[in-house]
Amino acid sequence: MRDITLGQYFPADSIIHRLDPRVKILSLIAYIALVFCTFNVFSLAFTALTVLMIVLMTKVPLKLYLKSLKVIIIIVIITSILNLFYGTGEPIFQWWIIKVTREGIRNAVFVCVRIVCLILLSSVLTFTTSPTDLTDALERLMKPLKIFHVKVHEIAMMMTIALRFVPTLLEETDKIMAAQKARGADMESGNLFARIRALVPVLIPLFVSAFRRAYELALAMECRCYRGGEGRTRMKQLHLSKRDGVCIVISIIIIACIVLLNVFGGAIYQLFV
Amino acid sequence: MSLLSVKDLSYIYSKDTPFQHTAVDQVSFDVERGDFIGIIGHTGSGKSTLVQMLNGLLKPSVGTITLDGVNIWDKPKEIRKIRFKVGLVFQYPEYQLFEETVEKDISFGPGNMGLSEDEIKERVKNAAKFVDLKDDLLPKSPFDLSGGEKRRAAIAGVIAMDPDILILDEPCAGLDPLGRDILLTQIYQYHKERGNTVLLVSHSMEDVASVCDKVMVMNHSHLEMYDTCEKVFSQGEKLATMGLRLPQITSIVDSLIDMGVPLIKGTLTVENAVLSITEYLKKEGRL
Repeated sequence: MRDITLGQYFPADSIIHRLDPRVKILSLIAYIALVFCTFNVFSLAFTALTVLMIVLMTKVPLKLYLKSLKVIIIIVIITSILNLFYGTGEPIFQWWIIKVTREGIRNAVFVCVRIVCLILLSSVLTFTTSPTDLTDALERLMKPLKIFHVKVHEIAMMMTIALRFVPTLLEETDKIMAAQKARGADMESGNLFARIRALVPVLIPLFVSAFRRAYELALAMECRCYRGGEGRTRMKQLHLSKRDGVCIVISIIIIACIVLLNVFGGAIYQLFV
Repeated sequence: MSLLSVKDLSYIYSKDTPFQHTAVDQVSFDVERGDFIGIIGHTGSGKSTLVQMLNGLLKPSVGTITLDGVNIWDKPKEIRKIRFKVGLVFQYPEYQLFEETVEKDISFGPGNMGLSEDEIKERVKNAAKFVDLKDDLLPKSPFDLSGGEKRRAAIAGVIAMDPDILILDEPCAGLDPLGRDILLTQIYQYHKERGNTVLLVSHSMEDVASVCDKVMVMNHSHLEMYDTCEKVFSQGEKLATMGLRLPQITSIVDSLIDMGVPLIKGTLTVENAVLSITEYLKKEGRL
């Protein structure tokens, strides 16, 4: 149970850590869009290199990135293999119904690199931004939605509270499970149906305690005069600094480079061949 | 032969990771049938880890636990049977209640043992009697009970399994003084009537001194002392170095001894203290 880590924040002192979370979220969205807008080998290689550079700049141990990649490795392999065999065009290798084309190999590589980049980028965001910073930034970014009467502050507050209580509830689950096992509950054997039934003695106390905690938290918040987002100031103000400006400029340059590579990729290829 | 025999027991959390932490280190002891033992130690000294190993919820990293002459991990598939023999009541057990009625909740343990309907009914009745839950509470929802009643219902759920050894982890935490006294007396009664072995983990020296025969003192993952209450509580200085204090009455008597009054070190109850002080005053002719 303990292995589930939702808040993966890894505190370190790097440029990426110190960036404004709003800039980080927006750049991340831009880069993810870019990853899927790479149409030739050059722009793909350039994007992959950029992502690697960012990963190295975070000063987070590479082991952690490998760990987050491990989770999706099966998806990467399956989609790559599917792409490999479903290419159209001239086959370069054929056996029975399996045929591998140049197009297929290219697709497989593209899909593989794209997914890996996608995961690495989102890991960069979660590794370098604490959950509270993240929700803060989301709240600020969603502020324009207020015109449509979306309760932005309330949504952000709910997200913060939810994130805050994930480890607490996991710990609670562990405790309740141990207590029911001590009363002879059998959670490891039996068929699927029996196992689901065996979870009832864990889920009911867990729900009861979640409601109790919610009630207590609401009371504690009211005691401290919490009245929602109206007129509320914050202790930690988000400020755009010079660093963030530089980051935005670099991001724009990278986007321009990729667009150029996409357009002139064919010409560069001609130069080499 | 001892009922429970523990040899060189160690437990290491997150082994082979940077977070490696030894919670219990090389602990050995024997528990005889009918013992009432208190386990004391400051927070994080390894008490809870130790008791969770005793009923097979945690598997020791090193060492053996022998119950009735059988190593409890000989047949890992049948570890549930060990949990019926060594009943463990967790801290704040009321948070594990889940059934529709108190009666059904107390039946959960015996039900898992595969007993017959009649047998379960009988056991629920007895267990409820031991913790003094009135009959009219049994058909109620456990969530409608008061805090103290919930606690007692949860303890009844473990007693109903009729374990050879009953382990209670901080059973009095969060109860008012009267509730504490009532619960402790009931546990003591249970021990006396059934002759069962009871292990009581507690932060309160008063609780331990009032009901236990022997005390285990855990300190920094080690078993530091294991002796009768009188002997352990007559070593106030040693306990103080481990962040523990004496029961209030014991330290009052100790202070009187320091002032030159000839009393006995390790006096555990107010009654005994009163007795020996009046005796001393009479001898001095002051009473």
